[in-house]
Amino acid sequence: MEFSGRKWRKLRLAGDQRNASYPHCLQFYLQPPSENISLIEFENLAIDRVKLLKSVENLGVSYVKGTEQYQSKLESELRKLKFSYRENLEDEYEPRRRDHISHFILRLAYCQSEELRRWFIQQEMDLLRFRFSILPKDKIQDFLKDSQLQFEAISDEEKTLREQEIVASSPSLSGLKLGFESIYKIPFADALDLFRGRKVYLEDGFAYVPLKDIVAIILNEFRAKLSKALAGRSPTVWRTARSITTPTVRSSSPRMSAHHMVAIVGFLKRYTTHTGCGWNSLYSHREEVAKSASVLTARSLPAVQSDERLQPLLNHLSHSYTGQDYSTQGNVGKISLDQIDLLSTKSFPPCMRQLHKALRENHHLRHGGRMQYGLFLKGIGLTLEQALQFWKQEFIKGKMDPDKFDKGYSYNIRHSFGKEGKRTDYTPFSCLKIILSNPPSQGDYHGCPFRHSDPELLKQKLQSYKISPGGISQILDLVKGTHYQVACQKYFEMIHNVDDCGFSLNHPNQFFCESQRILNGGKDIKKEPIQPETPQPKPSVQKTKDASSALASLNSSLEMDMEGLEDYFSEDS
Amino acid sequence: METFDPTELPELLKLYYRRLFPYSQYYRWLNYGGVIKNYFQHREFSFTLKDDIYIRYQSFNNQSDLEKEMQKMNPYKIDIGAVYSHRPNQHNTVKLGAFQAQEKELVFDIDMTDYDDVRRCRSSADICPKCWTLMTMAIRIIDRALKEDFGFKHRLWVYSGRRGVHCWVCDESVRKLSSAVRSGIVEYLSLVKGGQDVKKKVHLSEKIHPFIRKSINIIKKYFEEYALVNQDILENKESWDKILALVPETIHDELQQSFQKSHNSLQRWEHLKKVASRYQNNIKNDKYGPWLEWEIMLQYCFPRLDINVSKGINHLLKSPFSVHPKTGRISVPIDLQKVDQFDPFTVPTISFICRELDAISTNEEEKEENEAESDVKHRTRDYKKTSLAPYVKVFEHFLENLDKSRKGELLKKSDLQKDF
Repeated sequence: MEFSGRKWRKLRLAGDQRNASYPHCLQFYLQPPSENISLIEFENLAIDRVKLLKSVENLGVSYVKGTEQYQSKLESELRKLKFSYRENLEDEYEPRRRDHISHFILRLAYCQSEELRRWFIQQEMDLLRFRFSILPKDKIQDFLKDSQLQFEAISDEEKTLREQEIVASSPSLSGLKLGFESIYKIPFADALDLFRGRKVYLEDGFAYVPLKDIVAIILNEFRAKLSKALAGRSPTVWRTARSITTPTVRSSSPRMSAHHMVAIVGFLKRYTTHTGCGWNSLYSHREEVAKSASVLTARSLPAVQSDERLQPLLNHLSHSYTGQDYSTQGNVGKISLDQIDLLSTKSFPPCMRQLHKALRENHHLRHGGRMQYGLFLKGIGLTLEQALQFWKQEFIKGKMDPDKFDKGYSYNIRHSFGKEGKRTDYTPFSCLKIILSNPPSQGDYHGCPFRHSDPELLKQKLQSYKISPGGISQILDLVKGTHYQVACQKYFEMIHNVDDCGFSLNHPNQFFCESQRILNGGKDIKKEPIQPETPQPKPSVQKTKDASSALASLNSSLEMDMEGLEDYFSEDS
Repeated sequence: METFDPTELPELLKLYYRRLFPYSQYYRWLNYGGVIKNYFQHREFSFTLKDDIYIRYQSFNNQSDLEKEMQKMNPYKIDIGAVYSHRPNQHNTVKLGAFQAQEKELVFDIDMTDYDDVRRCRSSADICPKCWTLMTMAIRIIDRALKEDFGFKHRLWVYSGRRGVHCWVCDESVRKLSSAVRSGIVEYLSLVKGGQDVKKKVHLSEKIHPFIRKSINIIKKYFEEYALVNQDILENKESWDKILALVPETIHDELQQSFQKSHNSLQRWEHLKKVASRYQNNIKNDKYGPWLEWEIMLQYCFPRLDINVSKGINHLLKSPFSVHPKTGRISVPIDLQKVDQFDPFTVPTISFICRELDAISTNEEEKEENEAESDVKHRTRDYKKTSLAPYVKVFEHFLENLDKSRKGELLKKSDLQKDF
C-alpha cells in the first residue's frame, strides 16, 4: 500500500457507518476503523485507552480477577472512561466506537517492542475476559457468529449420537442429558487446556466443547490473532494509520503537521507503560505466545517505515513508563541534606532505605546503586548542587580523594541531571524498571528488596524496621506470589499505620510523595500532576479529560517535546 | 537363533549396512515425498560409534550420501532427531539463536522398567513372555486413542530391541505440533501417577472419561490371563498385601479372610470385586461403578509413558532398523494387525540375519549370472531372503499409506486452485 509523505494530509474519506456497525458491546477487533477522526480525538482516544488498560493492570494486581470487587471496579472504570462494556444498554454506539478506534490506535504504539506487545496483549485479554464474563448467555451465540470464529455448533443429531460421551467428559456439565446445551466442535489443538486434563470429549481429532468451556479457547484465539497482528506485516495496522485524517491540518503548513505529530507521540510517551506487576509469574505461560509471535519487529510497519518522522518518536515509547515520571517537580530545593537520614526511615521505600543505609555504612555505592538512588534523590527534590555535595561528603569519608571524585563521579552526577553529554534529563526509575532490569549481584545494594532479597534476609530486614510479625508474614506471602509492589504497599501501610495506602504503587518517588502527604497532613510538597492517575480516592488529583484542557496541556508539553526533536523533522514533503 | 556376541558387532554391522539395511524405504519415509524443500537435508541424525563415541548433528544430502556415511562410520546405534531450520551438520556456521528445531514426528517410548513395581516375573532390563503382555496392552490402548480420539492416521510402532516399544506418529500436521500440545497429549494419555513413595497411583473420579472407559475395556480382555494367571498377582500374602494397600482399610479384614480361604488368584479376584462394589454402594449412591476394581486393574496394566521423550521437538529417539548393541536385535516395525502375536523373542538378531545372508550368498555365488549384477540389486533382493523381510513389508505398508495421504492432499490443493 502506498504511503506518501503527505500522509497526514491525504484524506481517505470512507463512509461513516453509524448503524449496525457495532452489534455488540465487545469485539475481537478484526476490522480496523475506516472513518475520519480528528487529531484531537485521536489523541484523546489513545490517552483514554491507555488509562483504561493501566487500570486493568492495576486492578489485576490489587484484586483477584473475577471477584466481585475486581468486576465492579473495572466496570466503573469503563463507565468513567466511556468505553463499552455491557450489552443491552442505551446509546451504545459512541462507547463502542471509541473502544474500536482506540484499540487500533494503540496497536500502532504498542507493536514497537516485544515488551510492549506482551503488555498490550495481556491487558486487552483481561479486558475481553471481563466483558465476556458479563455477557448474557443468549448473546454469546450471536457474538460468536458475528466474530467469524471457526466454532461450529453441532447439530442435534450429532449431539444425540455422542451425548453420553460428552456428558461423561465435561466436568462443567452436570446431569445425564445435554438438553439445550450448545456443543462446539473445534480442532483438538485449540482446546489444549481442556483436553490435557481430559476435561473434554475427543473424537477423530476434534474436541466437543460445551459453551461454558469455550471462553478459555476464545481468549486463546484472540491472543493468537492479536499477537500476529502486532508482530507482522498486518494490513490492519497501516490501514488504520491511513484512515486517520486531519481536516484541520490539510491546509496548514508542513511545520504544523510536524508539531501535531510530536504532540501525539508526546502524549503516548507519557501514558504508555511497561509490563505489569507480577510479570514474572505470567512469563512462563506466555513463552509460547512470545515464541509463536513473529520475529518480525515493528520495523515492518509500512506506515512507520515510510514516515521517518514518526518512527524515532514512537521508539521512545519502549523506554517510558506510566503516569508520572517524577522528573519535573515543584518541590525542587525543598529538601535539605540533613533531613535525608530521617526521611530515609520515615518516607523512603525499602529499596531506597537500604541504599541509603549502605551508602552511609560503606561510604560508597556501586554504579547500579548510584543510578537508582541518585535519580530517586533528584526526584524528591535535590538540586544538582545538593547532590554533588551529598555524594562527595559521603565518598570522602570512605577515604576517596576529593580530586578523584571531581574527576570521575561528579561528571556522572551532572550527567544524570542532564547537564552533560546529550543532556537528557534522566528520570528516576519506576518500580517495574527496578524489578525487571539489572538485578543486583554480590556487593550491590540496588534492586527491589521484595524481588531480589532472599526471603529470610527480607524477613530480618523487616524485623529490624520494627514491622509486626503479622505484617511481615503478609508481606512474605505477597512476595511468594510475586506481588512485589503490593508487598511494598503493605510495608507502606505498616509504617504509616494505615489500613489502605490508597494508591497503586509503581514508583519509588510515588511512595515518597504519598508518605510525605500523610505525614504532613495533606500539605503537598510537590506540584499536582497534570495527568490523572488510577481511580483511587485522591481529591487532590485533577482530572484532565475534556478536549480543551487536553489541548492546553498539549500546548505546554509541546514546548518541552519540541526541544531537541526538531532534528527529527527533516524537510517535509 | 540366539547366541549374539557383541564383540562381533563391527563385522556384523559392516555387512548389515552394506547389504541389509533398507535404505530406499528409509529414505522414502524421511523424505516425505520431497514436498517440502530440504526436509531430509535438515534432519538431524546422531550416531553412537564403537567405544561409546557419540556424535550429534549429522545430516545428509540424499539417500546415497546417507548410505555412504553409514557404511563408513558403522554406527552401533542410530538416533533420529528433528528437522531443523538449517542443515544440522552446518549448525556451527549459523548465527546464534537462528538454528532452531522446527518439526518432528510425535514419538512415544514405553519402557518395561517403568512397570517394575507391578511386575513379578522380571525386573529392570529383563523381559519375558509373561510380562510382554504389558506392551501389547499399551500398544492397543495408546494406538486406539491416537487413532480414534486424536485422529492421527500414520502411526508406526517399533520394537526397541530390548525392553520396550516406540511409536512414531508421522502425520503432516502432527510433525508441526508445538511442545505444549505434545505435553498435553501425553497428559491426556496418562493415568498412573506417582513414584516409589506413592502406593496408590490411580485415582478415578466420579465421571469416567470415555478414554478411560475404553482403555479399561481393552485391559479387561487381557486381565485374567495376564494378571491373575501369568503374573498371579494374588498368589500369596506378600503379593496380595500390595493390592490391599490400594483399597480402603475398612475392607482389609474381610478380604484377608476370604483370600485365605481361596485357592488361586482368580477366586480371590472375584471376592475382591464383590467386596469392593458392596463397599462403594454403601458409602455412596448408585451413581458409582466399580472404581476400586478398575483402579487396581489400571495400576497393574495401564501404559506408562515418559513425557520427556514426547514433549521435546528436538528429542532424539532410536531409529527403526537400528540394532540394539546389547541384544543384537533389530528395531523392527510391529504389525498392528498382529499385535497379540508379536513375540520379541522371535525378532531376528543381526547375527542371525547375517548368517542367513551368508547362506544365501554362498548358494548364489555358484550361479554365474549374479556376478554381473550391481550391489544395489543384490541388496534389494538380499533382505527379502532373510527374516528381516516381513518387517520391511510392514514398513512398506506404512509408507504406502503415507503416500496415499499425500496424494490425497495434493489433489485437494490442486482442486482448490482450479476453482479460481
